[in-house]
Amino acid sequence: MRVSPRPPFLPVSRSVNRVWRAGLALVLAACATLLAPAVQAQSRSIVLASTTSTEQSGLFAYLLPRFRATTGIEVRVVAVGTGQALDLGRRGDADVVLVHDRPAEDRFLAEGHATRRLDVMYNDFILVGPAADPARAGSAGTVMEAFRRIRQGEHAFVSRGDRSGTHAAELRLWELAGIDIQQARGAWYRDTGTGMGPALNIAAAMDAYLLADRGTWIAFRNRQGLRIVLEGDARLKNRYGVMLVNPARHAHVKAVDGQQFIDWLCGAAGQRAIADYRIEGEQLFFPEAAR
Amino acid sequence: MRVDLPARTSTLAAASPAAPPALVLEHLHYARAGQLIIDDVNIVLSSRARSLILGPNGAGKSVLMRLCHGLLMPTSGSVRWAPARPVRQAMVFQRPVVLRRSVLANVTYGLRLAGVTRIERRARAMDALERVGLAALAARAAVLLSGGERQRLALARAWALEPEVLFLDEPTANLDPASAAAVERIVIAIHEAGTRIVMSTHNLGQARRLADEILFIDQGRVIEHVPAPQFFTAPGSINARRYLEAELP
Amino acid sequence: MNDIGIALQQAASLLASAEPSLVTVVLLSLEVSLAAVVLAAIAGAPLGAVLAICEFPGRRLLVVIFNALMGLPPVMVGLFVYVLLSRAGPLGHFGLLFTPRAMVLAQALLVWPIVVALSRQAVEDLWVEYAEPLQSLGASWWQAVPTLLWDARHALITVLLAGFGRAVAEVGAVMIVGGNIDGVTRVMTTSIALETSKGNLAFAMALGFVLLALVLALNALAFTIRQRTMPHAG
Repeated sequence: MRVSPRPPFLPVSRSVNRVWRAGLALVLAACATLLAPAVQAQSRSIVLASTTSTEQSGLFAYLLPRFRATTGIEVRVVAVGTGQALDLGRRGDADVVLVHDRPAEDRFLAEGHATRRLDVMYNDFILVGPAADPARAGSAGTVMEAFRRIRQGEHAFVSRGDRSGTHAAELRLWELAGIDIQQARGAWYRDTGTGMGPALNIAAAMDAYLLADRGTWIAFRNRQGLRIVLEGDARLKNRYGVMLVNPARHAHVKAVDGQQFIDWLCGAAGQRAIADYRIEGEQLFFPEAAR
Repeated sequence: MRVDLPARTSTLAAASPAAPPALVLEHLHYARAGQLIIDDVNIVLSSRARSLILGPNGAGKSVLMRLCHGLLMPTSGSVRWAPARPVRQAMVFQRPVVLRRSVLANVTYGLRLAGVTRIERRARAMDALERVGLAALAARAAVLLSGGERQRLALARAWALEPEVLFLDEPTANLDPASAAAVERIVIAIHEAGTRIVMSTHNLGQARRLADEILFIDQGRVIEHVPAPQFFTAPGSINARRYLEAELP
Repeated sequence: MNDIGIALQQAASLLASAEPSLVTVVLLSLEVSLAAVVLAAIAGAPLGAVLAICEFPGRRLLVVIFNALMGLPPVMVGLFVYVLLSRAGPLGHFGLLFTPRAMVLAQALLVWPIVVALSRQAVEDLWVEYAEPLQSLGASWWQAVPTLLWDARHALITVLLAGFGRAVAEVGAVMIVGGNIDGVTRVMTTSIALETSKGNLAFAMALGFVLLALVLALNALAFTIRQRTMPHAG
């Protein structure tokens, strides 16, 4: 049996207790602070389920403090794909949804999860691809022709594959181009199942084409060899709509505060703020609320 | 539950009664993995003597003591006290285990389990540490003690319980001669304070110094149960004679 | 390689600047993960000790299950807690989704099997030594459990650090149940994920280094406590 070496300081037990008590105090302090966030939750707040494109473009960081300054209501943004954002609404986990996939929004309305959809703003999708543009998509004239050329040459194409608004738009464009993508897909078609940003990262890493929303593209910092290949086609318009989750379906929905946010967003102040938001002088979103 | 044990005392009676009950082993058998380790032991330990258990390695000394103390359940046969009543008992092991806390807390821990009040615990623990010569180290972390000090701490922990019977399983096997001598002195003191001692050892010199009676075990059987002088001068069995010859210089 | 250099520089200036938004994120990370570990410890360590010393039908099966659950994918835990806390779920009434408490719950669930399995191991190691003395002193299993937990405290600190490391580093669970809401449920890992998707790779990595520095500091603190309270080598 090994005999323990003598300690350099004696007696030990006093300092033992002191250090243990210090450690215990630290842990208790951590637990106590845990309660703090719950307390701050008492202020007025709503949950807004929205898309990664609006969040990551920095639009909300610009808009929401202005809304809060006038109303005192905090808007908590959960940024996910459009499909998932609508699901949050369906389960009653969000008060307001702001998304960009009209067919999916109409389904949401038809199911009774919301009673009214309002146009808020639009921007556009762009076709992004390698600077050399090996598919000559840039000279295709229309986005459908560009898609056909990519398909023809089987040039690498990154798809979001995540039921987001951008993904839905991409699928519609394949259809318009007369291509059954389920059948045509091969190694060239990379179904990534990720958000806009990660999909851009992937495309940048493998010099692939992809459909992106302009807001995220402008704010994106890791472009490497990517550039805008095609833009401006009317088919590339990207509309955002806002809906209050139906309080008749989900009793706890903060209807008053949620409606106030929608009214502000679609009113003069909100629309002006949307138009004013710029990155490096470039306007990202265009107000489109009906009067 | 692995820790479930036959009922034993947990509260301390006010004072030691005149004589502890006799420890009666009847047709005691213990087998482990199909191998018989204790084979039909029938003995009665009735006096307040110091009983030393001797026997070659693997004879079953440790198992026998654990059966007596209640740490092991007999495969068949019985261990009982006569007259039947809860008996305060404690055990000291070959390898002294100290709890990862102060020397004093090691002793008060046992008293707390025995249901002694907080105030009384401290006084009795300090008293026990005093008697084994560890009072000065009461505040030290027990893991810092030397092997000999650890065994004295184990003795203090046992002694503080004021047991009627104390089992010791080769308590000096790992100790240097000075530490072993200290342990022997403490064992004698505990005995003189009124506790029956049941102890196993490999050290015949120690057995001579301490034993009132000898239990000689071989292959799981108690071969001799005789007063110590008789065992050392005229062992009754050939096995004991061989054992003494082999062990003595 | 240049990216990493830039990231290290940014991490240093981030730490030096102590920008309020960064401080919020860092503090929330620490609070959530520490609270999760405390919860998991309260619910897990005694259970681990019971699994170590008590014999009952199904014990082995439980041991195997908890060992296996150490590899639980955070996303799965997140999904499970999401379904539980969603307004449409059984605990939806409490409105905990997208709050730090939901994140604590998810991380606690994630860490719980680690605490159970590793503390069972630690207590079992100690029990080899303690079984006979404690039984001799008449300790019942419910008296032995706190004794063993206390005496195995140094090993348990390492267990809790392992749990904390797992909690503070995971992103899948807090992303789902917290929602990565700016200023409310955004923690270090979800910030890193967000910055990565914005293409701010160097900044994302800088945040990662800040996280690493924090974990390192906490481990150093725990190590110091261990050293101060355990003066013998073992």
